[in-house]
Amino acid sequence: MKRVFLFLPLVVALAVGIFLFAGLGKDPTKLDSALIGKPVPEFSLENLADPELTMDTSVFKGEVSLLNVWAEWCPSCWDEHEYLMHLARDKGVRIVGLNYKDQRENAFRFLNRLGNPYETIIFDPEGKLGFDLGVYGAPETYVISADGIVLHRHVGVVNEQVWQQELLPIVNEARGES
Amino acid sequence: MRVAMLLLLAAFWLAGPASAEVQEVYDFDTRAEEQRYQQLISELRCPKCQNQNIADSNAPISKDMRDQVYRMMRQGASNEEIVGDLVARFGEFVQYKPPVDKRTIVLWAFPAIAAIGGFLVVAGVLWRARRRNEQDSALSDDEKRRAERILKDQGGSSDR
Repeated sequence: MKRVFLFLPLVVALAVGIFLFAGLGKDPTKLDSALIGKPVPEFSLENLADPELTMDTSVFKGEVSLLNVWAEWCPSCWDEHEYLMHLARDKGVRIVGLNYKDQRENAFRFLNRLGNPYETIIFDPEGKLGFDLGVYGAPETYVISADGIVLHRHVGVVNEQVWQQELLPIVNEARGES
Repeated sequence: MRVAMLLLLAAFWLAGPASAEVQEVYDFDTRAEEQRYQQLISELRCPKCQNQNIADSNAPISKDMRDQVYRMMRQGASNEEIVGDLVARFGEFVQYKPPVDKRTIVLWAFPAIAAIGGFLVVAGVLWRARRRNEQDSALSDDEKRRAERILKDQGGSSDR
């Protein structure tokens, strides 16, 4: 009976080891959105291309969309843009842009140079919707259901690997449901 | 030389700590309100620069969060409402002090669990040590008589 207790330190060490090992590969700078499962926050903002046009959450209704938060000043946004073009052009993914804390002319310059993968773009110069969404570092990409519910958030660049492993399964599932 | 040293020291002293203290100009009606604001922003964590509170952080997101704290304070919101509002946007990550609930109860209870566990181990060790002492010293009646006889014999023989 007493010999069993001799193994106690080993058991404790193993348990702690497993616990710590599970945390090893995680990136602590990636936070889960607090909005998962909740509707996109209400907003009323101008369209980037057409200041007369006011946009709200109805832009997400009816089809599963990606909401991509970007800005001309954001270096990683330049990096991921080519892949967004590929998604929109070749895979038929609906991408709504959120131009975050940017200026119109800079945003246009960016799009003229790299192309425009967005079906429509929300212009948020003060970062209001960004703040309500909990955006803390552009680029961020959200998967929004056809009912306007936030399903997932990816912080950082979207590339082939992120799309295939992280976003596509969620998009497919959401499409299947609706 | 000494004067130069003193001047140098004075320069360092005047320069003060080179921390990047961030200060916007916010107006508060009372000193207490300002202290409440400072308290709040020192307890909220910046989601971008993860090991800074929003009081110390220069990140734009921290400024937005400070603005929001200030705005809500002006509207008469309580501390819980302000923290709750930011948690609803950015997640519980922004709280340095996690709330006590089902998921965090182990975290909160751990110091007590560890203290009680340690106490039990110490008590157990002491108890066993004492019991062993008692067992070792305890002689049966037969043994006592034998021991007395031996001692008596030895006492007698040493007299000779």
